[in-house]
Amino acid sequence: MRILGRKVKPGTIATYVLVIALTVIMLLPFVWMLSASLKLNREVFEFPIHWIPQHPRWQNYADIWTKIPLGLFVFNTAKITIMVTLLQLFTSSFAAYAFAKLKFPYRDVLFLGYIATIAMPWQVYMVPQFILMREFGLYNTHWALIALQAFTAFGVFLMKQFYMSIPDELCEAARVDGMNEYQIWWKIMLPLSKPALSTLTIFTFVFAWNDFLGPMIYLTKTDLKTIQIGLRMFISQYSAEYGLIMAASVVAIIPVLLVFLALQRFFVEGVANAGLKG
Amino acid sequence: MAVSSLELEGKPRKKRRVLSKRQQKLRANLVAYSFIAPNFLGFAVFTLGPIIFAFALAFMHWDGSNPIEFAGLDNFFELFRDRPFQAAFWNTIVYTLFSVPLTMACSLGLAMLLNKKLFGRNFFRAAMFFPYVASLVAAAVVWNMLFNPEMGPVNMILYTMGVDPKNLPGWAADKDWAMVTIILFGIWKQAGYFMVIYLAGLQGVNRELYEAADLDGANAWQKFWNVTLPQLAPTTFFVSVMLTINSFKVFDQVYMITQGGPGTSTLVLVYHIYNEAFISWDLGYSSMVALVLFVLVLAVTLVQFRYSRSLD
Repeated sequence: MRILGRKVKPGTIATYVLVIALTVIMLLPFVWMLSASLKLNREVFEFPIHWIPQHPRWQNYADIWTKIPLGLFVFNTAKITIMVTLLQLFTSSFAAYAFAKLKFPYRDVLFLGYIATIAMPWQVYMVPQFILMREFGLYNTHWALIALQAFTAFGVFLMKQFYMSIPDELCEAARVDGMNEYQIWWKIMLPLSKPALSTLTIFTFVFAWNDFLGPMIYLTKTDLKTIQIGLRMFISQYSAEYGLIMAASVVAIIPVLLVFLALQRFFVEGVANAGLKG
Repeated sequence: MAVSSLELEGKPRKKRRVLSKRQQKLRANLVAYSFIAPNFLGFAVFTLGPIIFAFALAFMHWDGSNPIEFAGLDNFFELFRDRPFQAAFWNTIVYTLFSVPLTMACSLGLAMLLNKKLFGRNFFRAAMFFPYVASLVAAAVVWNMLFNPEMGPVNMILYTMGVDPKNLPGWAADKDWAMVTIILFGIWKQAGYFMVIYLAGLQGVNRELYEAADLDGANAWQKFWNVTLPQLAPTTFFVSVMLTINSFKVFDQVYMITQGGPGTSTLVLVYHIYNEAFISWDLGYSSMVALVLFVLVLAVTLVQFRYSRSLD
């Protein structure tokens, strides 16, 4: 068969058809979401589906901000997510440097402790954690969620794996040149570990932004809630306002989509590396 | 005098040198610990501490406000009387038994397809991956609408394809279909992530083995079965461990799509832990259920490790 003047094997065509069909299945819910977000309620379930709304209702995107304090929810989520991500990047890369490049007593025991908790389901200790946070007076504060997510074993593990691939000679040479360990971390390791830092950024950002169970347990006051909880609240309050619900859902997904598209290359590499070495 | 003063001078100097070596070491250790401290303090207080607390709490009675009482094995025996727990236990097993192999097959299939040289391959990969990063709340809402039994597009399509309206699946609202719905959602959400791990695994497959297989006249299926799969064994092992742990921990999608129902048809362990803790405030008992979850995860991980070693 010839397409655009080139010879194409039937097998190749079959592969493309399959890949495109699968991509459609994976993305269809989002396309439907986008399409429904511009419709009136009665149009949402019309069949056959009008993928491009006949009279796009942009008003939905204006209404969601006034029906619920969506702006505040977005602000709260952004605040928590950014704090968690910054703390995570700093504390993980800092600790990982010692685990990867320095020798000190109990290093391996400590690291084993980290590894052991990665396999531990969070749900096993979420109750004692909740009690502890309450004792600290962190219930109904954003600090509870920040403390919950900023110090993860996963972050340390990911960064350490990356630092192991950087030759020790580089650190040795820097020491001979009179750099101290903090300078080596700041001036050599951090700049070299951009791919790993990007991976950790997306992981942390995506999980903090999308977190649902954490905010549900810790935040009961409306003005503290995050976008996922707000969205959930919105759904039960306006259960028949499908167009509005879809518009709010689109808003909840956009930041993650942007971060994902910007750092996607690193994410895919990072997942692959963490997977191979895990 | 001169000699002794020399000795005196020499001794402290020597001593100082020994001390300074020790001090140097101490200093190096302190520097190392200072690197770890910011993360470790947070990790110890907010993760390690609660984990130890969780194990102790499983043997206590506590409602979160009145004094804690020692319960011995009360909470353990309660497991055998608690019908919802048993439902949750078996539902979690059923979810795992179906979701793990199906997700693995889908991710491997996607990886095999997207490992080929295709135009726009990176776009396709990103598209497959996107459900994994998308907000679960938002995704679950759309899913609920698409799979709405009365007016959802999925049933509409099935209807136009000629399925008898009486036989249309009730999806999340039907106790026979609710678990299927949860499993399908999980596959759709996770397949892209494990596809990426399989893609990385495929990079490590020895090319020469395919050439040898070609010389032997192997067909595509034989090459997949005799070369690709065995070479991917370490990746498959990793994927199976991760997926099993994930499926034992399934909660969010159940909460968003079925709330454990209808009846107890999709009640899973974490959902039960959540109910017992934050709805009934039976913190000791909920920690006992959490302990069961932990033992389950540990046991499966150990079995999988043992099995993978026997593969080598």
